[in-house]
Amino acid sequence: MWGKIGVALLMLLVIVLAVVLLVLCPWWMLLGFVVLLALWLALTRTGRQTWSVTQVGLATIPQRLGAASVVILGIAGVVGVLVAMLAMAVGFEATLRQTGDDSTVIAMRAGSQTELNSVVDHDTAELIAQQPQVLRDAKGQPIASPELVVVASLPKKSNGLDANVEIRGVGEHAWELHPNVRISAGRRFTPGLRELIVGKGARTQFAGLDPNSTLRLNGQSWTVVGEFESGDAHDSELWADADVVGSAYRRGSSTASVTVRLTSPQALAALKASLAADPRLQVDAKTTRDYYNAQSENLANLIRILGTVVGAIMAVGAVFGALNSMYAAVAARAREIATLRAIGFRGLPVIVSVLIETMLLALVGGAIGACVAWLIFNNYTASTLGANFSQVVFDFKVSPALMWSGLKWALAIGFVGGLFPAVRAARIAVTEGLREL
Amino acid sequence: MKYLHLVWAALVRRRTRTLFTLLSVVAAFLLFGLLDSVHSAFNVAAHDVAGVDRMVTVAKVSFTMQLPKSLLGRIQTVPGVSEVTYANWFGGIYQDTKNFFPNEAVAPNFLDLYPEWVLSPEQRKAFRETRTGAIVGAHLAQHFGWKLGDKIPLQATIYPQKGGGNTWTFDLVGIYHVKDPKLVNQEDLLFFNWDYFDEARQFGNGQVGWYITRVADTGQANRVAQAIDAISFDSDHETKTQSEQAFNVGFVSQFADIGLIVGAIMGAVFFTLILLTGNTMAQAVRERIPEIGVLKTVGFSNRSVLALVLAEAAAVLLLGAAIGLALAGLVVSAVRLKMGGAFPLDPVGWEIWLQGLILALLVGLVVGALPALRGMRLRIVDALSGR
Repeated sequence: MWGKIGVALLMLLVIVLAVVLLVLCPWWMLLGFVVLLALWLALTRTGRQTWSVTQVGLATIPQRLGAASVVILGIAGVVGVLVAMLAMAVGFEATLRQTGDDSTVIAMRAGSQTELNSVVDHDTAELIAQQPQVLRDAKGQPIASPELVVVASLPKKSNGLDANVEIRGVGEHAWELHPNVRISAGRRFTPGLRELIVGKGARTQFAGLDPNSTLRLNGQSWTVVGEFESGDAHDSELWADADVVGSAYRRGSSTASVTVRLTSPQALAALKASLAADPRLQVDAKTTRDYYNAQSENLANLIRILGTVVGAIMAVGAVFGALNSMYAAVAARAREIATLRAIGFRGLPVIVSVLIETMLLALVGGAIGACVAWLIFNNYTASTLGANFSQVVFDFKVSPALMWSGLKWALAIGFVGGLFPAVRAARIAVTEGLREL
Repeated sequence: MKYLHLVWAALVRRRTRTLFTLLSVVAAFLLFGLLDSVHSAFNVAAHDVAGVDRMVTVAKVSFTMQLPKSLLGRIQTVPGVSEVTYANWFGGIYQDTKNFFPNEAVAPNFLDLYPEWVLSPEQRKAFRETRTGAIVGAHLAQHFGWKLGDKIPLQATIYPQKGGGNTWTFDLVGIYHVKDPKLVNQEDLLFFNWDYFDEARQFGNGQVGWYITRVADTGQANRVAQAIDAISFDSDHETKTQSEQAFNVGFVSQFADIGLIVGAIMGAVFFTLILLTGNTMAQAVRERIPEIGVLKTVGFSNRSVLALVLAEAAAVLLLGAAIGLALAGLVVSAVRLKMGGAFPLDPVGWEIWLQGLILALLVGLVVGALPALRGMRLRIVDALSGR
């Protein structure tokens, strides 16, 4: 009785240790472990015994294809769902992390979390642009762009329902402040006219944004004159002249934010101090990188937690599936295993061989799941509601790192699912096993 | 029913296997319960029967844009409109951005249009008479431990006060309840008086976020909506009026196609589940072939054998589903208690239970079908010799 409990506790400990190790360890450590295992299998006496038992086990897989496919497909399902969910988080995060840099600073009204909520009046914008830490161009003008963010509701291509698209009104220096943005079709808008250029992502998601089409906003008509590409969050936006957007949206000369280029990234602290010291100003300043990074944090974390929870519950189900299949496999081979034990094989080769077999099946399942996720979801374009209450278009990213962590999950499930049947196999009483049909 | 003990005997024949299969089924239905709870939380707004006669009017260009308050009088005069109210999104933060809950400035008659939110007459009077008063839903109050008379400070994200202050402090004067348990997520809101809001805010004065209209006859809703939109046609504040349901559906669809995501995950889960339990059932029947032969020898008809195997599969699925859904119910109530309104989850109600159990029965019949047919078609001689 106590022996049984002791074994159970020991196995629990082994499982916890192994799973933690497996999830934490980097690829080179795992590779080293596989090499060590291969050496052991090839060079030692016990290792060679293990290898021959494993070969018999693998050879009988075709006879129990149903049970083997339960292990493989069960694990493929877990890994596929996990990788797809995490790819969504990674893709969303990547889009926002690529936006902004350390040498440009965005200033908004104190307390506003996003540009949509912020109002900066014309005088404040001027004061910010005139700070000594702001870089000036060849003509001595500060490189600053007062920008206005408003939202328009347009029908989406996918379901015809209206969704929000962000319109960013920008100043003349915007092109220098957002160097990623380049025109990929048509031309730039002309300042002072009701002309728009559309981001590539926005154009793929919304209907009626092709160049030369017209758009009615607030009873006025706007012309789309070009398309731009930036590879970051601005791809989901429509750009126009800030003054024209301001008058169309009854915002007067106020804007939502001011973006400026610093003389050097180190000047940030000085700029912040100088803005805080001016009693006329109530603004928060941060680098554009920080501003966009913060926007991705909440949603990406939420998706990650959800993905991991769903994956973990599915993994529990898959573990029990694997346990069933491997117990059945061991039971079917009881006689053979007992024979091996009778002619002098020890328990260890039997345990290791069952484990190797299960983990190989798991690996196949994990690889199938990761590949299916990659095939279907890599670069799959989706959009969701971002911080400015408008659609942010992003691509799922099934990165090699994600596929690798999917494989590690698969191996962990295989290990847990294989360990108990393996120990059972090693503990079959020889006399009973030989009598099994 | 008199063969129940036979089904039971078949199940306990190999206890470990039945237990593991059961636990896989539990995992699958735990997931089903949780995902369905998320799905229906996003969907409930769309099927909110309480609001069939309400329409929402927002700026056509986008609901983030404000509308002049002067529209109120003109909407009231549209034939077919029985009552109009208005509100503003405030977007205040309580202590930390993680504590998100919606908070809105509402007109004095706002609650008249929302009879599903129940507030006692005394508290309602107090709300009307306290300039800085606020009311919150019971669930939200419970989450933050608020009591009547508490002061609730909110950090403005959009509207600073006239003096430049960013903290708005409200006096909690009422706690409302929601009658329908399906609408319990609507207990996670805070409302305060629009008049105070408009007086104290730095800018945007005299503008409202949206109008809510009650129509006298829902059959006339389309005509009324068109008439309301005609008021500001071709102005710089064109409006879009639609039923509250249509508005909610549009709003939710902006987050993501929740239905698609949930459907895809559930597809993967149930595909694996069918495979897994199907394999177990096939195994279980294969092992018992001689026993089935004995059953047939003592006079069990082919049909009873079929029914026995099907019942066995259905029993595992139904039991597993019941445990899984009960677990999901526990998890959902724990999460709701801990996270408040920050994460949309519906309680696991009878609809989810019903769907889950029907699904379990279907899966049970599907996975039981092949092994059951095999058992039914067995010839006694073959079965007894274990061929």
